[in-house]
Amino acid sequence: MAENNNIGFWQKLINIDRRWIYLAIGIIVFVPILIPLGLPVYVTSEVEAVFNRVDSLPPGSIVMLPMEYDPATMAELQPMAYAILRHCFSKNLKVITTALQIDGVTIIRNDLAKIAAEYNKKIGEDYVFLGYKPYPGIVILNMGEDFRKPFPRDYYGTPLDSLPMMKGVRNYSNCAMIIDINATSGVDYWINYAHTRYQADLAIGVTAVMATDYYAFLSSKQIFGLIGGLKGAAEYEKLINHPDFAAKAMDVQSIAHSAIVIFIIIGNVAYFASRGKKRE
Amino acid sequence: MRREIPLLIVFVFGIFMMFQYFVPHRVSSDIYQELNNWTIIIGIFTMVIGIGSLLSVHYSRIRFKEDGWWYSIVTIVAMVGMALVGLIGGVNNDLFLNLYRFGLAPVTSTMFALLAFFIASAAYRAFRARTVLSTLLLLAAVVVMLGRVPVGEFLTNGLPEPLRLSKISEFLLYVPNTAAKRAIYIGVGLGVAAVSLKIILGIERTWLGGDGGK
Amino acid sequence: MVDQATLANVFWFTLAAYLTLSIFSFLYKDNPFYRLAEHLIVGLSAGYWIAILWHTSLKDLWLYPLVDNSVALFSGDFRAVEIWRLSLNVIPGVLGLFMFLRFFPKIGWLSRWPIAFYLAISAGVSLPLYLQSFTVEQMRASMIPLTGNPWEIFCNLIVIAGTICGLAYFYFSMEHKGLVGGMAKFGVWVLMIGFGSTFGYTVMSRISLLIGRFRFLIDWCTLVVNYFK
Repeated sequence: MAENNNIGFWQKLINIDRRWIYLAIGIIVFVPILIPLGLPVYVTSEVEAVFNRVDSLPPGSIVMLPMEYDPATMAELQPMAYAILRHCFSKNLKVITTALQIDGVTIIRNDLAKIAAEYNKKIGEDYVFLGYKPYPGIVILNMGEDFRKPFPRDYYGTPLDSLPMMKGVRNYSNCAMIIDINATSGVDYWINYAHTRYQADLAIGVTAVMATDYYAFLSSKQIFGLIGGLKGAAEYEKLINHPDFAAKAMDVQSIAHSAIVIFIIIGNVAYFASRGKKRE
Repeated sequence: MRREIPLLIVFVFGIFMMFQYFVPHRVSSDIYQELNNWTIIIGIFTMVIGIGSLLSVHYSRIRFKEDGWWYSIVTIVAMVGMALVGLIGGVNNDLFLNLYRFGLAPVTSTMFALLAFFIASAAYRAFRARTVLSTLLLLAAVVVMLGRVPVGEFLTNGLPEPLRLSKISEFLLYVPNTAAKRAIYIGVGLGVAAVSLKIILGIERTWLGGDGGK
Repeated sequence: MVDQATLANVFWFTLAAYLTLSIFSFLYKDNPFYRLAEHLIVGLSAGYWIAILWHTSLKDLWLYPLVDNSVALFSGDFRAVEIWRLSLNVIPGVLGLFMFLRFFPKIGWLSRWPIAFYLAISAGVSLPLYLQSFTVEQMRASMIPLTGNPWEIFCNLIVIAGTICGLAYFYFSMEHKGLVGGMAKFGVWVLMIGFGSTFGYTVMSRISLLIGRFRFLIDWCTLVVNYFK
């Protein structure tokens, strides 16, 4: 009992029940969703590079847009996929999509259909959804030879040769570029196999957790652009002048990050103060 | 037989796939594509085995009435139900799509959303500037955390450009971070090559079983 | 494509909200709602895999070609080319089925054949490509000319020195003393900055996911309110 009384304020602060921190972070994230601040989003060069390359394509060019995310990472990558699809469809570019992550196949199907409907784009003519096959690395290698080898039919069961958009389209060499939106380490396969083996022009959109790993590939020019997490999606939304979920979420993100920095500062102050007390 | 044939398979096909990269001939390319498709087909069967293992684990939990056994009934009923809806009605029927969108998706995404709470708690409790190294880690984290979102630009807008958090975080990502990750990737590349070679040459045999398949 | 405030949508959204809140309840402590949702999802996920694998992969790549080639073979003159095509379909299927022999101890060793095949393909493909992409390309990118303005030269120097010293830190065949020790020390500083940057981005990632779930709960409330209006 006496020992407990000796625990100082700082020690108590360090040992605070973790559920108070959970509650604080919950409130910090929830409230700003309801009260937007409208902080401006600045655009980074790595995202602008992707936008510029897509923007410079002539209508009718084919963009390959593999979308490999699932419900777990949907909040980060879905806005990115929406923004790039909107950009492609508004420029009348054609899109080939795969979903090489099994848990996300249905999301990708729905997302593609949703944005295509916004622009009155038709399946098989303006876009193709190849769907899923296991072992992404091997599938990527085989697509480099011929899309028909791993995907004799599209997701809806139509033979690829029956799709008007796929006439004369054999492999990556018929695509102007690949923008891989990926929440898994499968992005390495796209770099190592699609780019290194088949010299495909590649950009990537990844979760924020993964983003820092790929700056090395950006500076080695193995990828020409990098869209990282929800912030990257917000930048792309700004570039296409279509603010949506990501742009709105940047206020919340700013406040939450600031709060976590404050948590770190309080935690450190409490730690050093209590350590000083112990020494005394 | 038990060890020699698998080792021979690994050697023959491994050497072929390795040298195929340097032989862009049509015949070699055709064989390469066929072998790749075989791998995908075998992959489908391995995934089915994974599902079978899951089923057997939950079945034995129910059979021996282990703690929380009735949760296993939920798992099996959900699995069989979802599979039947998909197998019979196809993967584009409304019920299948709704079970996915309103059943599977919210739980999976919320599971991962919990990590936001845990990372905030970890930042508060464990992120200490105890040593030079941990201070470097902490400072880089704080600069990137603030510098990559609008608040960083907002807070340091009045400062000269090189001192703005957005610019400092850009420097950290493009310079020291690139160097760090590059060192790791060079090592990973060498590691993958070495392990692949050991597997192809039969030096690495742990995959045959704990005792190397004896 | 905004979801209409219909009774069906209210039902589905409410189910999703219930499951969401069940998972969030784990933050307070482990409880039956959480465990129920957790087990439900394992089952739904496995069932989903079965359906997707069947419809998008097994039928497409194995069953249809197998049936087509069998029909062609048995309705024709048993030509060599058709026998060849059919055997190309049969072999991976047989190898795949060998995987199931793991459950029969006496012939379980046959399951090593498909594993060996998979390892061979993966290792054979990875060896030249990982070496080229991760090692050669990254080394090439580190050989940068020290030209431009002083700031660019400084940045390039840090990249070159950071990469070499980072590698020195992972080089365990020499004791980290003297020059190597100094390089390893600088290397670990650079690595820590890299990891710190990753932590900063990880926070961004996790918060994004939470925003996504809260956004959904707000959408659910809006839908229910609109329905009862």
